[in-house]
Amino acid sequence: MSHLLEAVDLFKTFRPRRAWPWSKKSVALEPTSFTLEAGQTLAIMGETGSGKSTLSKIIAGVEASTGGELYLNGQKLNYAQSKRRCQNIRMVFQDSDKSLNQQLTVGQQLEEPLLFNRDMPSSERKQLINSTLRKVGLLAEHAAFYPHMLSTGQKQRVAIARAIILDPQIVVADEALVALDPSVRAQIINLMLDLQKDMGISYIIVTHSPQIVKHIADKILILYRGKMIAFNETERLLTEKQQPYIEALLHEHLTNHSQITGNSSAKVTE
Amino acid sequence: MDLLDIRNLTIEMDGPHGRVRVLDKVSLQLKEGEVHSLVGESGSGKSLLAKAVIGVLNPLWDVTADRLWWNGKDLLAMTPKQRRAITGRDMAMIFQDPLAYLDPNSTVAEQITEAIPAGDVTGTFMHRRIDRKTRVAQLLHRVGIRDHDAIMQSYPYELSEGVAQKVSIAIAIAHRPKLLIADEPTTAMEPSTKDQIQRLLGKLAVSQNMSVLLITQDVASILPATQRVSLLYCGQMMEHGDTETILNRPAHPYTDAMIKMSLQAHAELEPKSKLPSLPGAVPTLRHMPIGCRLGPRCPYAQKQCVKAPLVRHREEQSYYCHFPLNEPES
Repeated sequence: MSHLLEAVDLFKTFRPRRAWPWSKKSVALEPTSFTLEAGQTLAIMGETGSGKSTLSKIIAGVEASTGGELYLNGQKLNYAQSKRRCQNIRMVFQDSDKSLNQQLTVGQQLEEPLLFNRDMPSSERKQLINSTLRKVGLLAEHAAFYPHMLSTGQKQRVAIARAIILDPQIVVADEALVALDPSVRAQIINLMLDLQKDMGISYIIVTHSPQIVKHIADKILILYRGKMIAFNETERLLTEKQQPYIEALLHEHLTNHSQITGNSSAKVTE
Repeated sequence: MDLLDIRNLTIEMDGPHGRVRVLDKVSLQLKEGEVHSLVGESGSGKSLLAKAVIGVLNPLWDVTADRLWWNGKDLLAMTPKQRRAITGRDMAMIFQDPLAYLDPNSTVAEQITEAIPAGDVTGTFMHRRIDRKTRVAQLLHRVGIRDHDAIMQSYPYELSEGVAQKVSIAIAIAHRPKLLIADEPTTAMEPSTKDQIQRLLGKLAVSQNMSVLLITQDVASILPATQRVSLLYCGQMMEHGDTETILNRPAHPYTDAMIKMSLQAHAELEPKSKLPSLPGAVPTLRHMPIGCRLGPRCPYAQKQCVKAPLVRHREEQSYYCHFPLNEPES
């Protein structure tokens, strides 16, 4: 049985600038192997500089890995196979202001992936854009809007619509939930869960918020300075005893948990 | 007497589509040594309130208030020079992105030295130099940086996020302000750094007897030491009061929703279940609802909500709502 996505010993090294050819390379990501099943969510966690963005970029094809293999549906996926990759693996970015083109309408932006990847008449394209916009909770009229006319949450919805319009199998979300307001964040998480249920999308989510991970992830991959130190199901990671670093990462919310339930007497902890 | 006393502060600005009221009759009282959290989503006017206190708003905007008092003195009646003297001596502010705030061209030591008041160091030239250096080291220790020698000589780009924020706090407390305004100091940080900065701010408030006005987006990231909380939405005050009362028995539907939408609350829900959320989005300045601005998104809204509610009090909290939740049984 083949997995939806399988990474075998993916790694990435950089040669520092102004270095001798024989000088030591800096390692961004040590050999990492993991698997992802259809309809499941994988969360990549770690501190800043732990290589989680590098890994997500390698999966989405933004960067080439130095070595190792990536298998999609059991078939090897090379860096140069961008056509196959971009139809199956799509990405949502942190800042929807920057990731959307300000000079195109929402409809034009959603049409672009269709123009490059699908052979359809324009009436069908229009229909698909309408239905996708409705799927992410917007109206068909929003196709004529420019991004600056939309609110942050709506822009993030457009970014998600652009990701799902080709009916991909995997969506990579790189810190897509961090910079949002609480109410918008909850709405976007709900939307992502709904889409997963309806379309069977797998998510790869890069975040450092343990609460969100606990809520949506089936599996967690934890990186520490470019090295994978844990890869397991969420429940098992949470219930079993772990290394102190993993515990700190996953149970961070417990430290000031008491103030929300209201048991604290407003004391300084240190 | 309150350190900072704001009553019915209103800010109006001329937009391209007419006059907009960006802050609508907001009241806030801050005692000496108190830690006060101001919670609201983006666009709710919480940074505007802080800027109005500091006095760095666009001069074309109308700032009116029944009271904007600092230690019993009316800030709005002062000349700009008098006001600058008070602001410079007694207030300090830290921001969300410390790397944008610090000067990339000078070392940490130079920047902190600049912030030390001239009157603090006396003596000959060499004495003053040495004194300043020890003061900088002290300040760095006070914000929890132990290896002061290495940090003092480094430039901001060499610092990590957390250390840079600590340096900006050191600059802010260099002249022993009475009020520190922290404008979303931990929003973009990762959890462990966030925790450190929050604890540091709480500790400083106690040890320096300094009031802290903390501005955050999320109820989950208020300081552990917070004594009072205020919630703003679209420029209107929703509720303010004692932290424990507000978190346990919120009277306003918005407070209730914010608590349910906070990250802590997510951790207790069944995985992959629907998260509670307010429908819709924060209205833009062009389309402000009349009356209670939460109206269109509020699950309890009725006809009366087109009239802005007056303030009501209940024990330790004050709220602005016609249909409060968690009423005590009478």
